[in-house]
Amino acid sequence: MRFSSRLSHRISGRISAGRRSRIATPVVLLLALLLTGGVVSLLSPATAQSKAVDADMVAKGRALFLVGCASCHGKNAEGIPTVKGGQYGPTLIGVGAAAVDFQVGTGRMPMAQPGTQAERKAPVYDDAEIEALAAYVSSLGPGPDVPDLSNYTSKDASTEDIVRGGEFFRTNCTACHNFAGGGGALPRGRYAPALRGVSEKHIYEAMLTGPQQMPVFSDKVLTPEDKRQIISYLKKTETTPNYGGFTLGSLGPVSEGLFAWVLGIGGLTGAAVWIAAHTARSSRKKREA
Amino acid sequence: MTATANTNGTKAAKVKKPSKSGAAATWADDRLGLGGLAKKNLRKVFPDHWSFMLGEVALWSFVVLLLTGVFLTLWFRPSMVEVMYDGSYTQLRGIEMSEAYASTLNISFDVRAGLLMRQIHHWAASIFVAAMMVHLLRVYFTGAFRKPRELNWVIGSLLLLLGTLEGFTGYSLPDDLLSGTGIRAADGFMKSIPVIGTYASFFLFGGEFPGDSIIPRLYTIHVLLIPGILLALIAAHMLLLVYHKHTQWPGPGRTEKNVVGFPMLPVYAAKAGGFFFVVFGALALMGGLMAINPVWRYGPYNPAEVTAGSQPDWYMGWPDGALRIMPGIESSFWGVTIPWNVFLPIIVLPGLMFTILLMLPFIEAWITGDKREHHLLERPRNAPTRTAIMVALMTFYGLMWAAGGNDIIATELHLSINQITYFMRGAVFIGPVIAFLIARRWCISLQRHDNETLLHGYESGVIMRDALGGYTEKHLPLPLERAYTLTARDRDEQQLSLPGTDGNGVVKPGSRKDQVRAKLSDWWYRNNVQKPTRAELEEAHHHAELEHVHDAPLEGHAADGHQFDGRHDVHGEELRSH
Amino acid sequence: MSDKHELALTESDPIADPGLPAHLPRPTDVDESAEIRAERQVAALFGISTIFTLLFCVAYFTLDIGDNPTVFLGLGASNVALGVTLGLALLLIGIGAIQWARKLMADTEMVELRHPAGSSEEDKAESIAALNAGVEESGIGRRPLIRNSLLGAMAALGLPAIVALRDLGPLPGDKLFHTVWKKGMRVVQDVDGSPIKPEDMEIGQLVNGEPAVFFEEDANGEPIYHGVELQVEKAKGAVIIVRMQPDDIKPMKGRENWGVEGILCFSKICTHVGCPISLWEQQTHHLLCPCHQSTFDLADGGRVIFGPAARSLPQLPMAVDSEGYLVATSDFTEPVGPSFWERG
Repeated sequence: MRFSSRLSHRISGRISAGRRSRIATPVVLLLALLLTGGVVSLLSPATAQSKAVDADMVAKGRALFLVGCASCHGKNAEGIPTVKGGQYGPTLIGVGAAAVDFQVGTGRMPMAQPGTQAERKAPVYDDAEIEALAAYVSSLGPGPDVPDLSNYTSKDASTEDIVRGGEFFRTNCTACHNFAGGGGALPRGRYAPALRGVSEKHIYEAMLTGPQQMPVFSDKVLTPEDKRQIISYLKKTETTPNYGGFTLGSLGPVSEGLFAWVLGIGGLTGAAVWIAAHTARSSRKKREA
Repeated sequence: MTATANTNGTKAAKVKKPSKSGAAATWADDRLGLGGLAKKNLRKVFPDHWSFMLGEVALWSFVVLLLTGVFLTLWFRPSMVEVMYDGSYTQLRGIEMSEAYASTLNISFDVRAGLLMRQIHHWAASIFVAAMMVHLLRVYFTGAFRKPRELNWVIGSLLLLLGTLEGFTGYSLPDDLLSGTGIRAADGFMKSIPVIGTYASFFLFGGEFPGDSIIPRLYTIHVLLIPGILLALIAAHMLLLVYHKHTQWPGPGRTEKNVVGFPMLPVYAAKAGGFFFVVFGALALMGGLMAINPVWRYGPYNPAEVTAGSQPDWYMGWPDGALRIMPGIESSFWGVTIPWNVFLPIIVLPGLMFTILLMLPFIEAWITGDKREHHLLERPRNAPTRTAIMVALMTFYGLMWAAGGNDIIATELHLSINQITYFMRGAVFIGPVIAFLIARRWCISLQRHDNETLLHGYESGVIMRDALGGYTEKHLPLPLERAYTLTARDRDEQQLSLPGTDGNGVVKPGSRKDQVRAKLSDWWYRNNVQKPTRAELEEAHHHAELEHVHDAPLEGHAADGHQFDGRHDVHGEELRSH
Repeated sequence: MSDKHELALTESDPIADPGLPAHLPRPTDVDESAEIRAERQVAALFGISTIFTLLFCVAYFTLDIGDNPTVFLGLGASNVALGVTLGLALLLIGIGAIQWARKLMADTEMVELRHPAGSSEEDKAESIAALNAGVEESGIGRRPLIRNSLLGAMAALGLPAIVALRDLGPLPGDKLFHTVWKKGMRVVQDVDGSPIKPEDMEIGQLVNGEPAVFFEEDANGEPIYHGVELQVEKAKGAVIIVRMQPDDIKPMKGRENWGVEGILCFSKICTHVGCPISLWEQQTHHLLCPCHQSTFDLADGGRVIFGPAARSLPQLPMAVDSEGYLVATSDFTEPVGPSFWERG
């Protein structure tokens, strides 16, 4: 058991590596396909299995894929390398249903235009279509599946969960996403997006799959329980009242300084102008009392 | 109440009974002898202008800082002993943290009005330093730092420096993740100092970073050492202000020899006292409505954690910007290392900038050779070089400041951090030069414009068409008061009698220093526009009268359209068609 | 400036000083109803201020903080209400007082004469004479022995001022050159202390790590490191572990076997001024410091590719122990964190 799980992971590691490499060869594809029906499917949860065998769904997803995705990712999702050696669209073999659900479900895919970073926007596909696309992509190679509600729900989170989630959050997430989940800058115009208003499922999938420049936080190291705690903390902070008043964008001292100058100094200078301004004058003479 | 004598009485009526306040004053004076002082100062005259109140904003924020600061000390515990938090903020319950951070949470969540006082204190600190800076700019741009007020400039600069340090120490006290990151960086700054750096760090932190001494030590500095010096310096600043009497803008009846305005009692007591309440009130509103430094969101300090957008408070932003755009240069030789990439921008540059700031009045006096006392202010345009120097310094400061927020600028404006940084590396050198040149030319243009309006009047907005079909705008002479105010300034060439030149401006075979000085002085005043002489003014007015004569036949008839100049009844008039 | 100059100045002045303009009264000076209106206005401002002060007290006692705070529009009601009532109470007093001065207090401008900042020549001469007399009587000029020995004694007093501060902290010694890492110490995930196997990590994975010793207990069940010691060691020992495509990693001489299957471990402490860094881009392998934007390429030995840092990020050599967990094979080979003089 230990051996097989180790093996499967090494292979899946290779495959997920291949999806980012332009030398995604048919060998890997073949290997991946073999594995789908092989070792991994034995170890996969039953839900994944039932989805994978839903041939209708896969066919529907493939049809959608060919229309909406293949122009960048290739007809067989093998990826299209650019002349310079970069990726026009990376291979999707082995990225798993979770990645599709995240990318398409948050509207990042399909991209509006090629660019440094896919932006979050209103999703183009509805839930059924996303499910079909996910089924198709996961049929190409094994990858992380869409998590179950029990993995990510913050509904029954205890105070301990939230506190621990906060610790995980500050250790693993604040460096890029800022202390309030407000997002932050990355090199060369890229950025870590804001986390406010992102659904629990999508946060989980992002950690699981490492979209774009975000590192992967696999379940083996950051366990599903740890992830659920992080999500619980984030959701808790969204509902926590802003004790001190309006948050000024939660950007830290930069926005505070801006408000101190514009409102504070600006307003008080206005007051000074009023104090020193001359009042209305009258040409009438004071009546003698 | 009339003071009619009671004719039925046996004693002569007392016309005036000493009032209660009078009696109290007498009692105090019999013991303290304040009469002489009070006589001079109770009705002391202060001139009225909005820009004279910017320093007051700083003063009153300082008072607010003292009041709210005392409130905070009642609950704050400056200790780095690790405790388990079990207060009201559930998201941090059960976490090990320093007592300083735990007590800050306690003030924020379990002391009523505690959060308000914390936020007022923090806003007041931001405003305190900001108000000192705008006050400094006002003093500089109007030439109020000139003799005899140079020492007050020095005191003010020290106040700015100490206020900044006071702000940084206060920002660090809650021991949250953001301020801890700031202290971590400060440790790096200290270690960059050649020879003594490592020792300085170990002595300040009581060992290796972070140790358990830094918070209590910063606390002593924050609540005792710096406020004590600040208070003493503020007192000196105010005493000198009273002694020198306030500067004033030139105008009719306002000269170098007098000061025109309203008396301390009652007008300034009410205005300045009222302004204290306005400042306090504005800060209370800010503290109530706008969150500042939400330390509970940052979490306790942990040397393995960091947050995106780690910035110091705004007044530390510009050296932080210098640090961000500095290229990574470091020297290692003979077994030692000098990290220029840290030492230059954060230790040397602020020291240099502060020295320049401190020396500005002395540098200007040395260049111009001006040894007279000045109590009348100069408009910024009438000292183009001076104005341009400060504009250049402000540009430098502003660019550094922006560089300090490069990550926020990048995310908010969708730019690349790298490009911003490369741009800033050039801009901090080129920007001030461009700003200097523009500001100086702009001032000179404004001077020209002033002379223009003096000589030829102001633009009335009335367009005249003459007999030949040409259009001119009618200029009207300035009111006398306004014209006088424009001319109430010095002629620059009078201050040029340097030791390097004799009475006729011929360079003596003097020292090299004198020649440099003469050249600098020439550069300082070159291109400045002087106010017109009486002869020029009379000539121009004479010319204007001739024009009037020329215009006279136009009144009422002749050129078509003139009836529409707004001064004639145009009922039934219409333009002739051709 | 000579008197001649002063004279020339006034002659060249184009316009003579017309003198202070005539004082014009305000409406409140001449119109009794305006005066009464202003008076009532000021009194009303003060009156409303009192109401807000009372409201402050009401808000203080009625709005809850703590476990179950009163919330208003998603904001902490107590803070907002206290701030607004206090702010308005203060503002109204201020506005009232200023309005009083503007509308009702005498507003005739007064003229006060200035005097030169320096004292009169007589006073100057007298004070210098007094000073000289004092110096003369003390004999400080005539008795250099006393003067110099006093100056020497005073200068020596500077020593205790410095010496007495010696105990502010220990000497650095070689503390900055070492961390708790040593051969065989496991790398564990921060917060929960779980050890990491190479196969647990996927390509593109980032783990914020710590040395295992931070989570270990001694024989008495007490943590080995806690409190200040833990913070001090954490500030040097924190690491990040990343897994990259082995092909992407540029081999570095002498570090061929520092990684395990594309897994590399670097110090988390920025070499610029010491911020912990973990902004890792998995596709470019770049690591960005959020404090001053130094950027390191982890696929290229932690080399600086952008920003103010001058030194590569120190790398921790890694191996797998007998149970298959990632361990360090030694301490860092160079001091971590910001540069300092003695670093060499």
